[in-house]
Amino acid sequence: MYIGVDLGSRTVKMAVWDGERLVEHRIEPSGFEPHRQAEKMIADYRAKVVVATGYGRHLAAGHFADAVITEIKAHARGIFHEFPGCATIVDVGGQDSKVISLDAAGRVSNFQMNDKCAAGTGRFLEIMAASLAYTLEEFGRAALTADQEVLINSMCTVFAESEVISMKNRGIARDRIARAVHSSVADRLAGMLARLGHGDPVAFSGGVARNPCMVELLEKRLPRVLVPELPDITGALGAALHGTGI
Amino acid sequence: MQDFEIQAYPELWRELDMDLERFDKARQMLGTAYAKTFLSQANRPQKMAYFDKMISEIFGGRVEELMQAKKEGRPVVGTFCVYIPEEIVVAADGVCVGLCGGSQGSVPDAEKILPRNICPMVKSAFGFKAGRICPYFQAVDFVYGETTCDAKKKTWEILDRLVPTYVMEIPQMKKERDRVLWLEEVKDFKAKIEEVSGKTISSGQLAEAIKIINGKRLALQRLTRLRAASPAPISGKDALLIEQIAFYDEPVRFAAKVNELCDELDDRIANGEGAFPPEALRVMVSGTPMALPNWKIHNLVESAGAVIVGEESCIGTRYFKDCITEGSQEMDEQLAALTDRYMRIDCSCFTPNDERVTQVLQEYKDSAAQGILHYSLQFCHTYNIEEIKIREACQREGIPYLSIESDYSPEDIGQLQTRIEAFLEQIGG
Ligand code: SF4
Ligand code: SF4
Repeated sequence: MYIGVDLGSRTVKMAVWDGERLVEHRIEPSGFEPHRQAEKMIADYRAKVVVATGYGRHLAAGHFADAVITEIKAHARGIFHEFPGCATIVDVGGQDSKVISLDAAGRVSNFQMNDKCAAGTGRFLEIMAASLAYTLEEFGRAALTADQEVLINSMCTVFAESEVISMKNRGIARDRIARAVHSSVADRLAGMLARLGHGDPVAFSGGVARNPCMVELLEKRLPRVLVPELPDITGALGAALHGTGI
Repeated sequence: MQDFEIQAYPELWRELDMDLERFDKARQMLGTAYAKTFLSQANRPQKMAYFDKMISEIFGGRVEELMQAKKEGRPVVGTFCVYIPEEIVVAADGVCVGLCGGSQGSVPDAEKILPRNICPMVKSAFGFKAGRICPYFQAVDFVYGETTCDAKKKTWEILDRLVPTYVMEIPQMKKERDRVLWLEEVKDFKAKIEEVSGKTISSGQLAEAIKIINGKRLALQRLTRLRAASPAPISGKDALLIEQIAFYDEPVRFAAKVNELCDELDDRIANGEGAFPPEALRVMVSGTPMALPNWKIHNLVESAGAVIVGEESCIGTRYFKDCITEGSQEMDEQLAALTDRYMRIDCSCFTPNDERVTQVLQEYKDSAAQGILHYSLQFCHTYNIEEIKIREACQREGIPYLSIESDYSPEDIGQLQTRIEAFLEQIGG
């Protein structure tokens, strides 16, 4: 068994690879000590190799992991496994978003991450959902079906939030504002991709790829978007796959 | 961890009208950071001892030397940029000190007055004076600024209220008439230094000063060449530290100490010894200055197991890659040679500045690096925009490349660590 654990800022993800297929995966909240959470999650398996990735990777290395790789490499590995020939990855996680270029062999040839700012991340969507009194699921669904779009200009979380509040006060429908928030994130991601000079197709990974509106908006901006079946697990799967080469 | 203390000189500090209590805290913090960043390194060259000592005496020993110079009536000039011709100060038997601007600690002092969204180096330097927490700033007779970037040239007007600040006009282009302007400015600078020191600079003195500063630059060039060896004989952190100390140490002694260190590095190379294992990935840094005590990028890269083998930066090769042609004993010729040398500096404040792209590629080759990390201070427009050309050149040449824009605050450390590690994974394949 090869186990990959992705110790993220909000959740810990685990993928178990038996050498041929993904036999198990789990997602749990990170809690106060993500490495303890991860340790609990892998305890049930007889692992040959454990590879850690994500923000908590170094902590994991000090406790149980045999190797660490960055999220960037892990996502590249996971996505290329699922979509061989994929040229670019957009990964939107809790705290950051990244765009990654892959070469023909699936190796990272270039990447970019958002600067120290929550705009364009899962966290940004969460904050905006909360200020519109939606759950995350409702937020994505409402945005998807909104009939007309308004525009949010601000990319900064703080300013965007006050823009949202003033829209509410102007009586703009909640679902339209939700759509506007999604569009601003999609624009930001498209901007990062343009700066990177991306190739096609583009795969969309990370928890935010489960949001149907985000997928639709990216599809509008790009020729071909691939979404894995389990987008949250991509990093953990990549880490597990990396373990097979150790 | 080894003990390390930055020596305290409360008497001297009082004499310099410093904020004693705050400064003493800064002293302790710097000592701890230094021990953690530098003394914990494995396989350091023995001759780093001198530079460790320079840091432990940074707030006292060296300042006393400056005070002594002042007592002898020698001018003590504070500078911020590699464009200020220190040869002229040295020719008047004066002392040139590059003032620090690499600490987050003094940024809040500056932000009480200056706008927040300007270069952290300008804010940090200004804050040192505003907060009275830098002995060098307190000790200098006056400061010489320049008209390079907007952040600096407008800050001089405000800084002048706290300490006499003179400004040299640096041209923005490199046409013949710009060179003429710069030569005039050099002459004005000389006149100012002569006025303050009450002495006329002779061509003999200038020739001697040119030789002294060339000596310092040659020693640093030698150090840079040795870093090309594999395994790298010295860490990037230690080399950067030396490049930082170059701006405030006594130049003759400094050059001798760098050469002693280089002798040791020669032996290390002959014996195949390194500061890092031979398989460590090699990264070159290019971009804005990293002023003392800004060790952020070097620390992150080397903590991830790679070694930095060169700095294409003002605190780095931009400061010492060119020497002034020696041999002339005729003032006009000397000043012309000096001007030519300074016009070769490839700061991004110039337009166009394509020489810098060529220089980056050359240094990449010479240092046997495997990737380039472009470092730009936050809000430094000229470097941030010129980054596009460096990036394109790297793409063209197939050089692995990472660009980082950052300030001195620790809040982006986690993200930078991820980006740097991913970059190393990319280089390592
Ligand atoms: S970047 Fe330009 S302005 Fe700044 S210190 Fe260097 S040469 Fe001077
Ligand atoms: S780093 Fe850039 S913004 Fe800062 S002082 Fe130098 S040229 Fe100006």
